[in-house]
Amino acid sequence: MVTLGIFDAFNGDNVNYLLGGLGITVGVSIISVILSLLAGSIIGIIQFEKIPYFSTFVATINNIIRNLPLLLIIFFVYFALPRLGVHLPIFWATVIAMSTFESAMLAEIVRGGLESVDRGQFEGARANGLTNGQTMFYIVLPQAYKKMIPPIISQLISLVKDTSLASGIVLAELTYRGQIVYAQNTTYIVPILVVLTLVYFLLNYGLSLIAKWFDRHLA
Amino acid sequence: MEKAKKRRFGIIATIVLALAIVLGIAWAMQTAANNSKHQDTLTRVEKRGQIIWGVKADTKLFGLMNTKTATPEGFDIDMAKALTVQISKQTGVPMSASFVPVASASKIQLLKNTNIDGTISTMTITPERAKVVDYTQPYFDAGQSLLVKKDSGINSIQDMNDSKYTVLVVVGTTAAQMTKQFAPKAHVIALQDYASAMQALKAGQGQAMSTDNAILYGFATENPDYHLVGGVFTKAPYGIAFDHDQKPMVDQTNRALDTLKKNGIYNQLIKKWFSNVPGLDWHELEVKS
Amino acid sequence: MTLLQHYWPVFIQGFGYTLLASFIALVGSLILGTLFAIMQVSSMKWARVFGDVYVQIFRNIPLLIITLFLYLAVAKVIKMTGFMAGTIGLMLYTSAFVAESVRAGILSIDNGQMEGARANGLSFNQAMRYIVLPQAFRVALPSLGNQFINLVKNSSILAFVGGLDLMYQGNMVAATSFDTFTTYIIIGVFYLVITLPLSYYIQYLERHLKRKA
Repeated sequence: MVTLGIFDAFNGDNVNYLLGGLGITVGVSIISVILSLLAGSIIGIIQFEKIPYFSTFVATINNIIRNLPLLLIIFFVYFALPRLGVHLPIFWATVIAMSTFESAMLAEIVRGGLESVDRGQFEGARANGLTNGQTMFYIVLPQAYKKMIPPIISQLISLVKDTSLASGIVLAELTYRGQIVYAQNTTYIVPILVVLTLVYFLLNYGLSLIAKWFDRHLA
Repeated sequence: MEKAKKRRFGIIATIVLALAIVLGIAWAMQTAANNSKHQDTLTRVEKRGQIIWGVKADTKLFGLMNTKTATPEGFDIDMAKALTVQISKQTGVPMSASFVPVASASKIQLLKNTNIDGTISTMTITPERAKVVDYTQPYFDAGQSLLVKKDSGINSIQDMNDSKYTVLVVVGTTAAQMTKQFAPKAHVIALQDYASAMQALKAGQGQAMSTDNAILYGFATENPDYHLVGGVFTKAPYGIAFDHDQKPMVDQTNRALDTLKKNGIYNQLIKKWFSNVPGLDWHELEVKS
Repeated sequence: MTLLQHYWPVFIQGFGYTLLASFIALVGSLILGTLFAIMQVSSMKWARVFGDVYVQIFRNIPLLIITLFLYLAVAKVIKMTGFMAGTIGLMLYTSAFVAESVRAGILSIDNGQMEGARANGLSFNQAMRYIVLPQAFRVALPSLGNQFINLVKNSSILAFVGGLDLMYQGNMVAATSFDTFTTYIIIGVFYLVITLPLSYYIQYLERHLKRKA
């Protein structure tokens, strides 16, 4: 077989195949960030409320998850959970693993955001006859979320980068598909890695610019 | 008052959550025990009308992803298709074949987890593995060999028995374990997949890559600077694997395999995939009638 | 538990490599990150641009890609093992985050301090080294600590390039023993032994600093 030029690495089929991988990468990231925002908010509020025993208990579990490598959680969900009867298709296994991990990270951000809201706001709202729950949902949370947008976007950036770890369990996302393309011909390796770097960079740098914009306009 | 209420809530919530976790674990273990009970693969695939095969997606000749169709292609894939057709005929239940790419390290897990029904993925039959999965008759005779650079001066696995050499293998393959027995002094580094191992060899991360000859031939075709040396130093017949204790499925597959060997389809597939591999006498792979 | 007994030396070896990789990458990224942070706040334009570009690139691409690049492409020119490639990748990647933390620390120090020091005859480098940086580090400590926890967790990337670390050995044990469940739980406990105490110490530091402020 003749050694092919590096541009053959990017023939129409391979490009389409890689784009499909990008779609999966983005899909996993977006679904995970939404799920973990929900779960993270609940855990964050529990930690912020300082309910005796309960908050400490939840915080401890949260700390354990936060301090494990994501790669380990991914392997665990995909390879170990089915032993307990939990069968997940590879896409959802990745989403669950990433969401579990990211919820723990976002819970910290939510707690930090809530703590940054002026205490006086609570008292003012309560004085105006709002209940605890109402104060939280209508007064405090909206302000806290506004401040949290930039750190949440940086978590989204981490998510996009971390989906590459799922190539370890053969999820057909961008990095895995890159590996498949350079399995066709080993001369493709450098061009493929360069292009993967560029794609991830453009995606994440774009996100970081959005974060910066929010930072400037909401502060 | 307010504080006491919060405290009471905290205590109750903690107990509820702790109980939920404990009960959850207990339930999970119970389910795990139930799930480990026998589940018949043949019944499952007949009910579904589909056999989900675990196959390789990064291995030339046996299973390599075609990026145009996003499906893998190779000898293993064609065998799986032919077997599915044959099993459908035998059982009278029409079934289709679907493919899930697996890595060497994960295929047994996926089989046990019933993510896949069977796997035909360059998998060597070993006594150790036969304790946890069921194998069919061998469908391909491979053996472990060595791929080195042509000017490396290495001629056999014995030459590698030196702590200055590194042999590259893939996690979860038999070569990962056997290499240490033949070259105890050499370093052995296991990579995630064959493509990475080949890349690593080209990047000089090791002096040789070791796995089944059939797979190495695929790499030698594409990289003319590299060749196989020392012949085959272990026997590594490939088998089709199912979960443990799946006699009906294994019997059906063995019958189908026999038929394919007799009616010439097997030889056609051998010719299709191996007749153009330099250095390999593909006629040796054919079944003689 | 028999699994733990049987594979104990393997786990310990992996644990050792994880610690070693983390330690080398920690020291390296601290030095590199501080250098880039100083570049980012320096008065020279080229240094600022260079520092910014470095930080933006390494913050925005996956560590796995960096590591694969080092192991499969760069290694063709400069010899390196999977352990080295993983550790260097880890160091380069983390240094971008360290630079961000240190930069934020430097910016939090009142500009008057720098000017005062310069007025007293110290050079930019001297003022940076003796006046600004020590204070900046104190401010950045909790966020640096979090970066180091991430570093330990991210060292699991070595598993992808045969780096002999905890995760790599864990995968090998899982593949040979077929007992994934127990193996991964054991591996998890090993990681927590490093990260959990660090995490609680940082939380303590954060509270402590807040009370002081």
